[in-house]
Amino acid sequence: MALIDALQMISLSDPGMVRDLNEDSIELRPELGIAVLADGMGGYNAGEVASGMAVSLVAAGLAQFWNAATLQTLDRKAAILLSQTVLQQQVQAANAAIFSKAQNDAECQGMGTTLVVCLFYDDFITVGHAGDSRLYRLRNDVLEQITRDHSLLQEQIDSGMLRKEDAHLSNNRNFVTRAIGVDPVEEAEIHTYEVLEGDLYMICTDGLFGLVADDEIQMTLGALKANLDLAAQQLIQAANDAGGTDNVSVILVRAIKSFAVK
Amino acid sequence: MSKLILSFEGTMLKTVDLNKERITIGRRPDNDIQVDNLAVSGLHATVTTVLNDSVIEDQNSTNGTLINGEIGKHTLRYVVETATATPYQEFAKTMVIRRPDAAAHGAHAAHAEHAPPLTHAAVPAPRPAPAAAAPAPVLSREAALKILTGSAAGRILDLNKSLTTIGKAGVQVAVFTRRPVGFFVTHVEGDVFPLINGESLGTQARQLNDQDTIEIAGTKMIFIYKT
Repeated sequence: MALIDALQMISLSDPGMVRDLNEDSIELRPELGIAVLADGMGGYNAGEVASGMAVSLVAAGLAQFWNAATLQTLDRKAAILLSQTVLQQQVQAANAAIFSKAQNDAECQGMGTTLVVCLFYDDFITVGHAGDSRLYRLRNDVLEQITRDHSLLQEQIDSGMLRKEDAHLSNNRNFVTRAIGVDPVEEAEIHTYEVLEGDLYMICTDGLFGLVADDEIQMTLGALKANLDLAAQQLIQAANDAGGTDNVSVILVRAIKSFAVK
Repeated sequence: MSKLILSFEGTMLKTVDLNKERITIGRRPDNDIQVDNLAVSGLHATVTTVLNDSVIEDQNSTNGTLINGEIGKHTLRYVVETATATPYQEFAKTMVIRRPDAAAHGAHAAHAEHAPPLTHAAVPAPRPAPAAAAPAPVLSREAALKILTGSAAGRILDLNKSLTTIGKAGVQVAVFTRRPVGFFVTHVEGDVFPLINGESLGTQARQLNDQDTIEIAGTKMIFIYKT
């Protein structure tokens, strides 16, 4: 089945209750199975510039190199490899462009952004990420975090210095250890997973999972998966009801049917 | 910068800035903080500081380390359990090491009576827990649905979760949401919208009032606020 018919993709973004600016950016290319989300950082509106550049550059770059003509000649294994290569190249290119803009434009100095890029094809998903925006998957009504944050907190949890259940007590919740546009060379962490019919994928910024607990997200997605727009509205409302201290952005992608190529 | 206040029997002895990544506490003179008391082990505990966080680790001491009055040996505990609303720069963390028997059992009654509180008075009030950890906002009022028709007629359905879905999947489903400002009903799926007091709900969320009647997938129910 064609991607556009097999995948339902929606997105919603909200500045939250406290901030005037929305520094999150989203771009969807449903016909190509591409979903990109970024959470920018930096003074004035530089965060917005960084996240906006990241999603548009990566989406456009992928659209150029990830097309039907190229894919036709490839088997599944080769397609997976290509998805990873193309994704990495586009993230690196976006990193270089944002870094150079930050160097040359005084107002953009020091800007950077998190990034999550998902590429759906032939019943697989290739995800690349940098920073602390996340990809989750709801399968059989169980929510699972797929990406692992590039953050000081995650490193402390990994090293056993901090228990996961104590993470919310930390004063170091805001430190990411990888971001796009901050250093001249940076890469995404890339993995490929099998997609099953009925899977629901959620890409989101920390404005959501920082304020709404995972079991609440799981319940919302499970209860409202028949209406993705409503599910996204509900999640953002829950973040805002909990204080809305940050911009909140959500992409939901539901695999209605198999999109195997054969 | 965070600091430790060393006190004994209610008297403040000294303050130590947490300006090193690792600070050792113990009886031996080679510790960063030497506590010359037989209740304290040679190397008793360490405090590791990373940016704004400090973590205390008991170094298998004989008498253990108490954090915020909690007794026992803590291999790894988070110091900022009494974090505050004041910026962390102004915040002095307090940690007390004392003999567990005095603290727990009041074995020496006289001693225990004069014992200083385990957490120093300088510790400001705890800040509200971050939202992710906090329970769902508590509404002043509870509400429920009373089912009027169909096979479940007479049943009372408490709306005690943040989301409650009602209806038949694929046919007509509505969701009741519990928010700090009240209860809302929203259409989820199906070609026909629920009826509220005989009126079609449409696609927008609608706030419910006491005694509103709702019809979903042919079943009538009434929304009631509990007293």
